[in-house]
Amino acid sequence: MSEAPVTDADLVVDLDAAIRETPVNEALDELERDLIGLAPVKQRVREIAGLLMLGKLRERAGLQAERPTLHMSFTGQPGTGKTTVAMRMAKILHLLGYVRKGHLVVATRDDLVGQYVGHTAPKTKEVVKRAMGGVLFIDEAYYLYRPENERDYGQEAIEMLLQVMENHRDDLVVILAGYGDRMETFFRSNPGFHSRIAHHLEFPNYSPDELMTIAEGFVRQQEYSFDDASRAAFSEYIARRITQPHFANARSVRNAIDRAKLRQASRLLKQGGQVPVSELRRLDAADIRQSRVFREE
Amino acid sequence: MRITQGTFSYLPDFTYEQIREQVQYCLDNDWPVSIEYTDDPHPRNVYWEMWGLPMFEAKDAAAVMLEVNGCRKAHPHLYVRISGYDRRLGRQTTAISFLVQRPPHEPGFRLARQEGADRQIRYTTLSYATDRPSGERYGPDRT
Repeated sequence: MSEAPVTDADLVVDLDAAIRETPVNEALDELERDLIGLAPVKQRVREIAGLLMLGKLRERAGLQAERPTLHMSFTGQPGTGKTTVAMRMAKILHLLGYVRKGHLVVATRDDLVGQYVGHTAPKTKEVVKRAMGGVLFIDEAYYLYRPENERDYGQEAIEMLLQVMENHRDDLVVILAGYGDRMETFFRSNPGFHSRIAHHLEFPNYSPDELMTIAEGFVRQQEYSFDDASRAAFSEYIARRITQPHFANARSVRNAIDRAKLRQASRLLKQGGQVPVSELRRLDAADIRQSRVFREE
Repeated sequence: MRITQGTFSYLPDFTYEQIREQVQYCLDNDWPVSIEYTDDPHPRNVYWEMWGLPMFEAKDAAAVMLEVNGCRKAHPHLYVRISGYDRRLGRQTTAISFLVQRPPHEPGFRLARQEGADRQIRYTTLSYATDRPSGERYGPDRT
């Protein structure tokens, strides 16, 4: 993209060149490549990036380009990649020049709400200051609001956040995250948030196939490997685990692999003797089938 | 008398945007920025009041400017300075320090002479402002 201002309305803006040369392409491709599934989320991220890119083009063409509201909400079950996407989002916003630094500050209720009167405001302010120039990601945002206790300090943090989201729109982007239904109640009881948030992104659950791909990714990344038997065992594991309570998508998969690694280690140590290096990599079907998930019948 | 202390002190006072850019320069160099204020501008008075803690975690100048504005609002008639500390081993010193606010009226300094033994003279400077107790030195009625 050339930096020369294009002011004449009759001038042509080369969209193809702009699309080709925008720095954000790489980040978007990375998002596409690194994250499995999440098709609707990726679609929305692309749309948002497109909108912002066009905003920059309009600005250069001398058209009115007011900075859009960029605050977002990410809703979805645990382990569906909300934090990961938020990190990518920060990078994309930075590349497009909508935040100056592009770092991500993760905060929960504990970081924002104080323990006694007058403690909350400085605490929230501290976090907000740290996040300036980047993205403030508030995980499980609905914990800020406790309707059962009307003197809860969470309300104070909410008010400060609302103020920051309005007055410091140029300085930071706020992303609220949490489980879908609880976020819904949270927004209902705090309509101020709902109206200040431009983009609501819903993170779908992973399908068993996607979870298997994720598992393969984790295993490869940590230089382990499945053989055919253990691959079958693991896909059976996923099918069973999904139906059980406290299933946390990708996080559960990662934990399951960590436990399989543990069993592999103790199996090898018990076995002793000389083993080829490939054995140190291979996860056996037994390592997986020992799981609690297979025992409950 | 216009006091010249610290970096940039012979330049005209900075605008908001210029201060912001200087602060960003500090943060980009990984110098934590702190804000201090005083009503005793004697050049040897190095211990100014701190406005909050140094901002170790700020990455963007907007966060610092928020505090600068807070300090100026709370102390509209005092000296306010920003300093950036370079903590790298081998330097470990204040890398930059500049005034971002000064009182509308600065009375300046008086030169005092003290007669010693053998007709020796010792010289010292005293701020006219510090003739009054702290808290009454600068303000709308002191112009």
